[in-house]
Amino acid sequence: MGLSHRLAERGIDRTLWLLLPGILFALVLFIYPFVYGMGLTIQPSARIADQWGNGIFANYIAFFNDPFIFDSVWITLKLAIPVALFNVIISVPIAFKLRGKFRGKRTLMTLLVLPITLGTVLTAQGMLIFLGRQGWLNKTLLEMGLIDQPIQFVMNYWGVAISLVISGFPFAFLLISSYLSGIDPSLEAAARTMGAGWGKRLTRITLPLLAPGLATTFILTFVLAFSVFPSARLVGDAMGSTRVMSLMAFRAFGEQNDYSMASTIALMMGLVEFVVVLLVLALRGTLYRGSTGGKG
Amino acid sequence: MAIDQTRPLVVADARIQRALNRAPGEKSLVASPSAWLVWGGVVIFFIMLVGVIISVIVDSFGRQWFNTWLPEGWTTKWYSESWDRFGLAQVMGVTLGVAAITVVVSLVIGIPAAYVLARKSFPGKQLVNLLFLLPILVPPIAYGIPLATVMYNFGLGRTVTAVILVNLVPAVPFVIMTMTPFIEQINPSIENAARMSGANTMQLFTKILAPLLVPGILASAVLVLVRTVGLFELTFLVSGPGSDTLVVAIYRAMTASGGGEARQLVSSMGVLYTLTMMIILVIALRFVNPTQLVARVKDANDD
Repeated sequence: MGLSHRLAERGIDRTLWLLLPGILFALVLFIYPFVYGMGLTIQPSARIADQWGNGIFANYIAFFNDPFIFDSVWITLKLAIPVALFNVIISVPIAFKLRGKFRGKRTLMTLLVLPITLGTVLTAQGMLIFLGRQGWLNKTLLEMGLIDQPIQFVMNYWGVAISLVISGFPFAFLLISSYLSGIDPSLEAAARTMGAGWGKRLTRITLPLLAPGLATTFILTFVLAFSVFPSARLVGDAMGSTRVMSLMAFRAFGEQNDYSMASTIALMMGLVEFVVVLLVLALRGTLYRGSTGGKG
Repeated sequence: MAIDQTRPLVVADARIQRALNRAPGEKSLVASPSAWLVWGGVVIFFIMLVGVIISVIVDSFGRQWFNTWLPEGWTTKWYSESWDRFGLAQVMGVTLGVAAITVVVSLVIGIPAAYVLARKSFPGKQLVNLLFLLPILVPPIAYGIPLATVMYNFGLGRTVTAVILVNLVPAVPFVIMTMTPFIEQINPSIENAARMSGANTMQLFTKILAPLLVPGILASAVLVLVRTVGLFELTFLVSGPGSDTLVVAIYRAMTASGGGEARQLVSSMGVLYTLTMMIILVIALRFVNPTQLVARVKDANDD
């Protein structure tokens, strides 16, 4: 047998050339910049070297020891984790109620896609007007006598949280709906025949089957919320409670032109996100993994 | 069950009656208190959403709008003013041009790769899969900053080329992810028959696969289009005057030094952006399922 024949048996033949553009593209535009960025992190700028010593790890020393930078890790997590949890938890009962067919389902689904296309920048502009001190919401609440003075909805932690719910909830809801539709209804029907009430069916059948899907949804919503950037600046308190990591990274990049510190913060961002995702995946590994739907 | 037996017959009767009136497979939506809670949540969400959108639209047409329910008068001057002031003709051109080129290039690179990944198993396939998955999983700022640094080092900073290149990074993996299931659906024996009849790979792609893949190609094209027009982070890092897309131009107007531009100017740009997105979305929804906009998932129950 010829070499090419033996290779073909293992799956290596000329069609693999079709992968080449894709792989080249990923190497040049993703892997190379990433490795280059990692290299940059050990070449601290003069500014950092002056303050934190001349070693190659000065950027990392600065990252962990400068409270102004390091606190942004907690600030980001304090924003992203509660918001992601909220989006997942609130989506579950709604997805349950809306599963199955009913009139207007497609319209509702389409309306839910809207905020995804609006994007965070436009949502921020709308929130500034609608939720502002003189906005419609505050005016309505004042007229109804529910509040004495306008509530501060924007330019603080809650502004960013609301903006992340507006963009994240539809995402979580659509994902959970599709996981839910993947669960074989006959399992629940069987449980019902055997006399299980709705509470039992929920806790013993549906939720365990849905749990891996919920973990995946949490991860994806978390990733979205974690890299929040425009809304943290536009409807948040960019120097205080919403001074998130991506803002710090951009500050180093765009305002201080310190590419090596910017890359360090960016890398640490990826790392922190990776740790959270791994924790959730580890948790997910302990859940049921079988052949019926609801998995991620 | 015991509870069912103690329930008055009349109630059971009414329930059956209601169940009979419904179309088969359709569920009742007006029922328990829990349903009210769910609908309450949905309603609050839509009040927020609609409020946000309508506020921007009203603001963009308002003459002056302070502490009143509606603006003092109406005008369209903000549109012409923002169009001139921010060079929106050029911004729109860049936005749509970048989006169109990104769509075409990502399809050309992505479809062949998706084909191989859908059809072949070869050593190192997992690694290749991971390579295409990473740009979607890693937060955009985390790889965007090193990527933008590389662009500036190569002298591409603030150019349209750089904007297209960074937009391709998430677009190509996205095309691969959306196209793979479409290719898997095509029966391989069709390809084998074409091969036996003497078609080469090029002919196989253009004569056999492309026509069969039209729905998939349209779906991933509109999805990439929506995502590229809306992509903020990566574009923002490399663009500058002359290469800003619409979202970035809006952001810059909102954060311009000296407290930002007049709010109505930003709102009018926002309405323009929403309109662009709506048009794309209306076209998109003819070809794709709403759930596809967020992830590659199959939606068995829909329609």
